[in-house]
Amino acid sequence: MNKVMSNKWIIALYVLPGLLLISVLIFIPLILSAYYGLMKWDGIGAMEFIGLENYINAIQDAKFWESAFHSFLLALFSTLSLVIYLAISIILASKIKGSDILRKIYLIPMLLSSVAIAQLWIKIFNPSNGMLNSILLGLGVENPPAWLAEPSIVLYAIFIPILWQYAGFYILIYYAALKNIPESLIEAARIDGATPFQIAYKIKLPLIMGVVKVTIVLAIVGSLKYFDLIYVMTGGGPNGASEVMASYMYKLAFASNDFGYGSAIGFLLLIITLIVTVIVRKATATKEEIQY
Amino acid sequence: MKIKKAFATMFVTFASVLLVAGCSSSDDNANKDGKKTVEFMHLWPEGSSKQHNKIVSDIIMDFEEENPDVKIDLEVLSNEQYKDKLKVLSTSNELPDVGMTWAAGFLEPYVNGDKFATLDDILEEDLKDSFVSGTAEAYEIDGDTYGLPLELNIATVFYNKAIFDEYDLKEPETFEELEKVVKTLNDNGVAPIALGNKDRWTGSLWYMYLADRIGGVEVLNNAIDRSGSFEDPALIEAAEKVQNLVDMDAFVKGFNGLSDEEAKSMFMSEQAAMYLIATWDLPNYTTNEDVPQEFRDSVDYFNFPTVDDKGDMNSFVGGPGVGLFVAEDSDVKDEAKDFASFFVQEWGEKSVTDAGVIPATKVDGESLDLPQMYVDVLDDLNAASNITLFADVQMSADVAQVHLDMIQSLFGEDSTPEDFAKEHEDALSTEE
Repeated sequence: MNKVMSNKWIIALYVLPGLLLISVLIFIPLILSAYYGLMKWDGIGAMEFIGLENYINAIQDAKFWESAFHSFLLALFSTLSLVIYLAISIILASKIKGSDILRKIYLIPMLLSSVAIAQLWIKIFNPSNGMLNSILLGLGVENPPAWLAEPSIVLYAIFIPILWQYAGFYILIYYAALKNIPESLIEAARIDGATPFQIAYKIKLPLIMGVVKVTIVLAIVGSLKYFDLIYVMTGGGPNGASEVMASYMYKLAFASNDFGYGSAIGFLLLIITLIVTVIVRKATATKEEIQY
Repeated sequence: MKIKKAFATMFVTFASVLLVAGCSSSDDNANKDGKKTVEFMHLWPEGSSKQHNKIVSDIIMDFEEENPDVKIDLEVLSNEQYKDKLKVLSTSNELPDVGMTWAAGFLEPYVNGDKFATLDDILEEDLKDSFVSGTAEAYEIDGDTYGLPLELNIATVFYNKAIFDEYDLKEPETFEELEKVVKTLNDNGVAPIALGNKDRWTGSLWYMYLADRIGGVEVLNNAIDRSGSFEDPALIEAAEKVQNLVDMDAFVKGFNGLSDEEAKSMFMSEQAAMYLIATWDLPNYTTNEDVPQEFRDSVDYFNFPTVDDKGDMNSFVGGPGVGLFVAEDSDVKDEAKDFASFFVQEWGEKSVTDAGVIPATKVDGESLDLPQMYVDVLDDLNAASNITLFADVQMSADVAQVHLDMIQSLFGEDSTPEDFAKEHEDALSTEE
């Protein structure tokens, strides 16, 4: 085996299929979309080179920044919700009754497709027949809001299913990480008289910090490029109140027939996500890595 | 070690073969047995448009029977997916040989990009004089026709007679009467009008009718084709009337977050009394066996009322729906054109009898046994003084998006009527 791996040609050969695939599917389209961003193009007819006009327009486009703001809000909420997921995982990972079945229940939303989730929540949010408003009416709330129709509420209403959708995923990751902590460490802390809260905060959390950092990056990047539920549930409406960067890009390219501008927005989306990722990695970097 | 090396080599070869195979094109139009394949794409999946879907299958079967050397290769997508896929396919020059398109603004970029073939030859031979006037013209750009219309629709207000009778209401003929109906229904706790304005073109129908009644048939068309202005007082007044209706709670709660499908299901489950939609929905109120007979019997329709004694109740918002195109770079253009022409002719008969929708080809209403409401709509069509094409179809895609977004914002009372008009004017004038 070592002999095979020491041959550079063999290594190259092994890497080649993956590299080819990733180039064809990711890197080449990426460069192409940056290039299309330089064009005035309706996606159908001939292209016309217009230089950086699309990019300059995008930077001055109030609607784009509004959608970017919505994306960042989503990123903020997803990151904050990680705390809740972590707390749930710590409870699940301690030996409580039924933690096995609870863990599976939390995972169910992840097994559903986004469109199914969207349909489910559209029904829940229905202003006159929906489950949510029926419960509110039953509780005596007069005139409960039309969740997906009011510009001031719609964004937060959609955040709920989005966060719900991914809760199971993060709980699963945290759970696995917590299960990896050697029992002896916790046992030792307990003998020294640490409270369960101290154990969680001073022992468990630092030990899985590496995983936590990864989930923060995942949550932020995932939020910034988020698309599915927004597209199905409101299409970015009413009048852009729930628009995020990806849905705005889609709308420009496919509904307004402006592929050049849409590509430019898409490329900016990539740049923004890249910058944020770098910042987050820098901000959460620690010199010492705690080992067990 | 050698074995491992051999495995590795094999794997790489295998992977490359897969990759190459994936890239190579697989559309050879001439099969081994000499059959030609015509690719056809439509947007009536079995689930949501059962009758349409069945008619298409029947037509394809008939065509293949008459032309044994041609095979139709079918692909079906639902409306929005269809639009997206069509765009992507045209970008990579792989349009199906025959497919469906919309008129005017949707058609234009495809024609300018030389993607669609002109169909003047078919129109002058096989299909001469078979279309209702004004329908094929909507697919005309610079004197050439690029689409064969299939449907013809007009929007009317459908209403639930049972609910109207219960509160002793009459079909409103003026806007004031409509407002009274709305008020009575609201007082009795019945939602007056089902509207799914998440889809936005639904609200646009209301706006267009108000504009037509207040300003006459030309004012909106003129604003769009730039011989007039969108800041015309009539267009602003129409926007005010929309907000009057919203203030009266004329539309169901949360309409801006509801899709047209949801609004329709509210109307069909008798939770709302009125519903403005185009006649493509006729089967639901006449022949569709999946809808309870009792409900179908209790639905009737009225033309949009006049406003302040202005407007003509025989002027409609509507126009041709989808039409067939033939791809310009099709390898089997002749067969594709034959198929398109065959399709339109058979569709003209079958859509009336089997689906109960109104085709763009002329219908002989006398000789067929048709539901009463269908006959009424045909009569209205014959008596129509004008049919204004749906605004979002008339406009270019870019402006249409502004229009649709502003409709949502107007109905949601986020914009004043003046802003509404100004945004339109700005968008339209940058296009000039």
